[in-house]
Order: sequence, then structure tokens, then C-alpha cells
Amino acid sequence: MAVPFIAEREKQVHVLGEKPFDMACEKKSAAGAVSQRACVFCGSRVVLYPIADALHIVHGPIGCAAYTWDIRGSMSSGPELHRLSFSTDLRERDIVFGGEGKLYASLLSLVERYQPKAAFVYATCIVGVIGDDVDAVCRKAQEATGIPVIPVHSEGFKGTKKDGYKAACRALMSLVGTGDTSGIGRVSINILGEFNLAGEAWDIRAYYERIGVEVVSILTGDGRVDEIRRAHGASLNVVQCSGALSPLAQEMKEKYGIPFIRVSYFGLEDTAKSLYDVADFFKDDNGEVGEKAKTLVREETERVYPRLKEYAKKLRGKKAAIYVGGAFKAFSLIKILRYLGMEVALVGSQTGTREDYEQFAAMCQPGTAIVDDSNPLELSHFVAEKGIDLFIGGVKERPIAYKIGVGFCDHNHERKIPLAGFEGMVNFAKEVASSVLSPVWKWVPRKKAGGREE
Amino acid sequence: MLLRHTTAEIKPREALTVNPAKTCQPIGALYAALGIHGCLPHSHGSQGCCSYHRSALTRHYKEPIMAGTSSFTEGSSVFGGQMNLVAAINNMFTIYDPEVIAIHTTCLSETIGDDIPQIVSKAAEEGKIPKGKCVIHANTPSYVGSHVTGFSAMCAQTLRQLAAPAQIKECRFNVIPGWVEPGDMREIKRLLKAMKLPFTLFPDTSDVLDAPQTGHHEMYPKGGTTIPAIRSMGAAERTFCLGEWASQAAGEALFKYCQVPFEVLDLPIGIRATDRFLSALTEYSGFTVPDSITDERGRLVDMITDMQQYLYGKRVALWGDPDWLIPLAEFLSDIDMKPVYIVSGTAGKSFDERLGKILGSVVPEAKFQNGERADMFLMHQWIKQEGVDLLIGNSYGKYIARDEDTPYVRMGFPIYDRVGHSYFPSVGYAGGMRLLEKILSVIMDKQDRDAPEESFELVM
Repeated sequence: MAVPFIAEREKQVHVLGEKPFDMACEKKSAAGAVSQRACVFCGSRVVLYPIADALHIVHGPIGCAAYTWDIRGSMSSGPELHRLSFSTDLRERDIVFGGEGKLYASLLSLVERYQPKAAFVYATCIVGVIGDDVDAVCRKAQEATGIPVIPVHSEGFKGTKKDGYKAACRALMSLVGTGDTSGIGRVSINILGEFNLAGEAWDIRAYYERIGVEVVSILTGDGRVDEIRRAHGASLNVVQCSGALSPLAQEMKEKYGIPFIRVSYFGLEDTAKSLYDVADFFKDDNGEVGEKAKTLVREETERVYPRLKEYAKKLRGKKAAIYVGGAFKAFSLIKILRYLGMEVALVGSQTGTREDYEQFAAMCQPGTAIVDDSNPLELSHFVAEKGIDLFIGGVKERPIAYKIGVGFCDHNHERKIPLAGFEGMVNFAKEVASSVLSPVWKWVPRKKAGGREE
Repeated sequence: MLLRHTTAEIKPREALTVNPAKTCQPIGALYAALGIHGCLPHSHGSQGCCSYHRSALTRHYKEPIMAGTSSFTEGSSVFGGQMNLVAAINNMFTIYDPEVIAIHTTCLSETIGDDIPQIVSKAAEEGKIPKGKCVIHANTPSYVGSHVTGFSAMCAQTLRQLAAPAQIKECRFNVIPGWVEPGDMREIKRLLKAMKLPFTLFPDTSDVLDAPQTGHHEMYPKGGTTIPAIRSMGAAERTFCLGEWASQAAGEALFKYCQVPFEVLDLPIGIRATDRFLSALTEYSGFTVPDSITDERGRLVDMITDMQQYLYGKRVALWGDPDWLIPLAEFLSDIDMKPVYIVSGTAGKSFDERLGKILGSVVPEAKFQNGERADMFLMHQWIKQEGVDLLIGNSYGKYIARDEDTPYVRMGFPIYDRVGHSYFPSVGYAGGMRLLEKILSVIMDKQDRDAPEESFELVM
């Protein structure tokens, strides 16, 4: 059956083996396509909101703040200020006469009430159009309150989520370097791109501490302003995630000479590699780190392997579809799924680059569909056509999977179960198995393409 | 505790909203559009808007929500969104083939002044709108009104643009159900059928957003008011608008453009409002309320009298949308409970007037506020000053419920953390029984939980 795609999207949908690989990507979404992508504000918010002792205020109409109110699984071990929703709730008269006064008044009253360590002000689409000078208001508020008041230029229409990440990184850079780094040892890192969803940052931090590496700050899971201020005292930046925090790592390298490496904590292989890579970096400072890393990996792998073997037996031959935001995670997922004996029949992302898609092509079998910036029609077509048993995605993909009657694993920012690290791998296998093997799918009248009822 | 930051001392706020009791217009327009059969809603603005609205509705209904977006860029914000919208209309008809595209604007497209009718004409000129299909629109900037006014605007505009005026009126009645759940719409239809009143319900999200699992992802589920049915609403004898905020504008549009007289009724929540609804229908259907419905009322009254000891004097805090807060407050006071705190982020003078009349003599201590600065933070501060026995409202209340250890029933929008609300009604006598069951359940669970052993009762 022909893929129902919009003509201009032809090069963003590719089935391996049918034609020579030539994918287009990093394009603006086709207007009218029911794209799953979000906006610049979304990108900024996911990076900065986990900073738990800072104030986050959205300068715009009520919607932007309302829809992002506490929807994330990013956990805090302390303050929960970031889980309240603050907005200047711009109304028509503010659009006409400007909202700067309202923003200033809000900032002052909020800072007085909550005494945060810093404040982030997010500009939304409308602020970009009416021309409120958010930078000026923030400067004034900073002088008046004595804490950093940082503007984030996250106007929705300025680009995609990636531009949001850049705006967030710029905001973070204004904090980095303003703190005291005395007492930080040589064997020290910052963990970048870890948002402590379901407490994953705590697990990862624990691994590093076990092998003798000091964690100066986590950007931004369970984040604290003071820790971020002294991040420039670390010797190495360990960056995960598709590079939401890459611009920051880049800038820290240029300004402070701190090198960075890219890692992933999804799956046994990638988690182990991350620890080894970090240990390797410090081998001249402290040879023990490498030894401890090997011990940790061996102990953890021995601990989880029997359970994983059980799950792999049950999942052998099942087919999965992966649709993520940034492509990086998908690489790890493909490896993990293979480890569990599963096949990947569809893989795609909202914001992948050419290199990312070339890597997918290299990793996957002929017949695998690869999609960029996809939409529900394409996704449901492939899920039905390829006989998918499991869909890995986020909030907008889940109902599609359930409607079609296939298992689902939420690997997005709402997840409640830690999926990173060694124990995380077992959690993942367990969640996948419970969903895929659930008896509920027996009740679904499955129709194959062609209309035959099973 | 999550809301340890809330202080009991209320300081006047000039500029800030904390934990809002409303959201913005476009999502209301999206929901209303989904109540049209074969409709693909379209968000004319940034991708973020559409993504958030779809995500929010998906989390509430646990259903896939389709909507196109014009995917505004910096360029469109400067030069206008015409190119994007024309391309979108073309793409949507070509690949998704809806019967109708319902466009709503966002703060961005409104502020740059995009003229939607002009853009749609251009698309038609260029042959981008297939024969027999149509494109409708509503202006719903996010900095005006609330999600309720967005819903109202889309309903009114749909009727204005599609309902065909007719000289000869048929014996049929329009019912605008307001922003209620698919389960409520089903219940309203059931009551209308029981009253033998020929009707057209618009919008109708039943069988759209509570669609069964078939193993198929239906882009256009079987439910929704059809375009021919909407067109015929101009020939109806009368329109019943349920809920002033969400439905009155639609009634006014049908009156202005098609000369269909209308009346505004409360959402039939609780005994009296349901009585008033059925009464209004009796006048026009010529049939009295059938025994089956009278019996339902009797069962509700029976339930109330049986369990009245658990209800009387209980203080209740409610928040949400005026259309259901008002009849619910009336119902609660009728069953001897005390709605003492009522908050809505949606503005409108009649809120104070209606609640004043309903509660003035029975609950004089009631505090109610709507519009700007009427948010959940204010509600929580009132509660910190003097607590309540029950909370009724959307999922955002769970933090207050946990912080204050107060029994809590979910109602309204959004409800992200429980199911059932979209399938089972809150309207009608049957809905009243369901509400009562939930209210009693949480109050009695707490009593059981807190009872010392000697007072822990088997029979309650």
C-alpha cells in the first residue's frame, strides 16, 4: 500500500533497500502536516525548568504557561518552585500598550515572595511581535532584587525546538562562571543533558561517585543555581541527549577550555562505554577510576543479566517502532532492542540531522522505514503495515499506538520509571514486556491492510 | 509538600497569575471543531500552539487528536501567514481529505493582522478547496477571553458561516450543549430522545473523543454533527443554548443570520437545572416528561435523602468554568452542602450575579471570584485561612488536595490523571447520581481512614 505522504515530504520518508539512501531533513514542517513537533519555547523550557530553586516566569498569554504546568517527570530532591506555574497572562491591552510594566511588577513581587536564587523569564511569540524589551526589564529587575534575572529568547516562531535549546544554553552561560570553584578536585565533571526524569540523574550521579569522580553540577536535572554558577570548575563536560546542551558544552570549551564528550546511559553497552570514556579521560590523574569503573560495570551487569535474559526470551522476534524528538536516543534504543532480540521496523525523529539519518540507515535492516518530522498518518500507516508489536514514543504517539492495538513504552519526558543505567535497562525490558505481552491486545479486532479481520 | 510555598496572608496582586484556573482560547476552538463530523481543525500560528493543544486534549481524553498547523516562522510573522495557510489548506485537503477545515487563529496571527477570509478566498481562487468541501474559521487570540470563549467563538462562527437561513421553519430544535464531555453529550441526546424532541446537537464530540478501540486509527471517527445537519440548523424552530458562556453566542448567531429564536438555559447539572431543562423542552415538544425519566429523578432524590447525613454542612471549594460551576453550586446547596469558595479564570459579570442569587441566603459566607487574578493560588490561600471538606475541580487541584489532606472529586478541564470523565455523564439525573456517588465516596473514604478503631463502622 502506498505511503500516504504529503508530496513535499517525499524525501523525508524512506524505506531502506528500496532506493539509494538520500534523506532530506532539518526542514521546516510542511504547513498543514500534522507534525508532532513543538516550538522554540518548548525547547527552552525543557532545558531550564528542572532548575528547582530558580523562578520560571512565562511572559505571554496564559496558554504557554498553562500547557506546560508540571507536565514533566523531572524530579527534585528539594525545592519544588519549578512546579508552580507563573505567567504575566498578557491581555489585549498589554498587547496594545506593551507588557513590560506588568513583567517588571510580576518579577518584583515573585522574587520578594519566594526568594529564589535566580529568575528565568521566557519570551513567547507575541512578545517577539509587540517588541517588549525583555532584556531591559530583566536588567532593571536584577538591579532591584540583587539576583540574576535572565531573559530567555524563546519566541515560538523563531525556529524549532533546537533554537530553543540554544536560547536556553545562552541563558545558562550567563550563570556559569559566576560562582566560587575552590575545593573542586581535578577528577570532576558536569553532567549535561540529564533532566532527572524519574530520578535517573540520581542513579547516574551515584555511578560516578562510586568510581571516584566528583560531580560538580548536573545540567539541569535536580538543578541548583549555585551549582551551575561553579560549573566552570569541572575538568570535563559529559554530554548526553541529542545535544540539547551541546551549545553550552561548546561555549564552555571556548571560554573555559573544558573539553566535552558525548555519552548515552541507555542500555548496558552504552552505559558502560560512558563510564569507561570518562575513566579514560582521567587515567593520568587517577588510575583507580578505570579499575573502579570496570568493577562497577561487572557487578551491575552480573546483577541485571539474568533478568534481562528472561525478558529477551519472551521478546525474541517482536517488532518495534521508534519515534523520538532528538535522534541520539534512538541509537541507544536500536542497540537495546537488538540485545533483547527485537527487530526495529520503523525509526524516526522530529529533529534529526543528515548524519543521524545516515547512521540509522547503517544500523538498520532493509525494509526498515526511516522518517523525519513525521505525522500520525505516516506513523499509523507503518505501524499497521510492518506488523509492529511495540511503539516507543511520547504523549502524542501513545494514543495512536493504543488505537491500533499495539504495546507502548513512553520514553519521553513524562516517564515515571527510570530507564537509564543498568537497573534502568531492566525497567525498560520489564515495561516493554508487560506492554507487548499483555493479554489486552487479544480484544482488539486487528485488521490487516487489505481489510481481513484476524 | 508541593505547595509549601502558599501563604495564608493574601496580598493584592496587580500583575501576576499563579497556577491559572483557565487556559487560552485556541484549545476551546479546537475542541468545538472536533464536534463537527469529518472536520480537521487547523491552528493558524506557531507549531508550539498546535502541539500543546493536541497534547493537552490527548492527555485529557486519552485519544489521538488531529489538527494541522500553519507552522509559522520568523518570515511569516513579518510578512504574514498567507503562504503558509494556503499551502496548509492544500496539503490538508490533498492528503487528509476532510469534509471541512476549521481554522482558528492564535495570538501571533491575530497580532500581525492576518485576514483569514481573504486568505481562504485566495485558496479557493487557486482551486485549493475541492468541490463540496468547505473552510470555516474563528478569531481566537490567546490574550482575550479563555478556553471557554474560544469554544463559544468557534461554535458561533461555524453556524454563522454554514447554517442556511430558511423562510419555512421545520419542527426541529437546535441544542448547543456547551463545553461538556462526550458522555454528557450522549446523555443530553438520550434525554432529548426520551422527550421525543426532534433535534440537532452541535457540537457533538460523542463517538469522536470517546471512540471505541477497533484496531484502526480513524482520522475521522463516525461521530460529530454532519455538515448537512449544521446547514439545516438555520431552519429549526428554536435553539436551546446550554450554558451562557459557551453557547449563547451560537444562539445569537443563529438568530441574527437565520432568525431562529433562542433561549439560554443552565447546563442541566443537578436536580433543579435538569428540571428547568426538561421543562423548557416540554413546552415545545408537546410531550410530558416520561415516567422513565421521572423515575431517574426519583432515584437521585432517594440517594440524596438516604445519604444526607454525610452531606450536610460540608464546606466545598470548586474551580473551573462558569457554565458548570453555577448549576453545580446550586445542586450542592440544594443537598445541604456549602459551596464556600468558587473560582474561575473565565471572566463575565453574570458569575457574581448568578452565584449571589443562588448562594446569598443559604451560604452568605461564600467567596467567589472570576476573571483576572482568580486563580488556584488564591483558592489555596482561602483554604489556608479556613479549610474545606471537599474539593471539586480539574487535575490541578490535586496539589491542594494533598497539601490540605482534603477529599477531592475531579470535574472540568483538564483532567489528566483519571479516566471516566469522558464516558460517564455529569448532566441529567443520571449524572447527578454519578456526581453524588463520587462525592460520597471520597468523603466516606476519609471518614473510614481517620476513624479510630472503636468508631470504625461497618454500616454507613
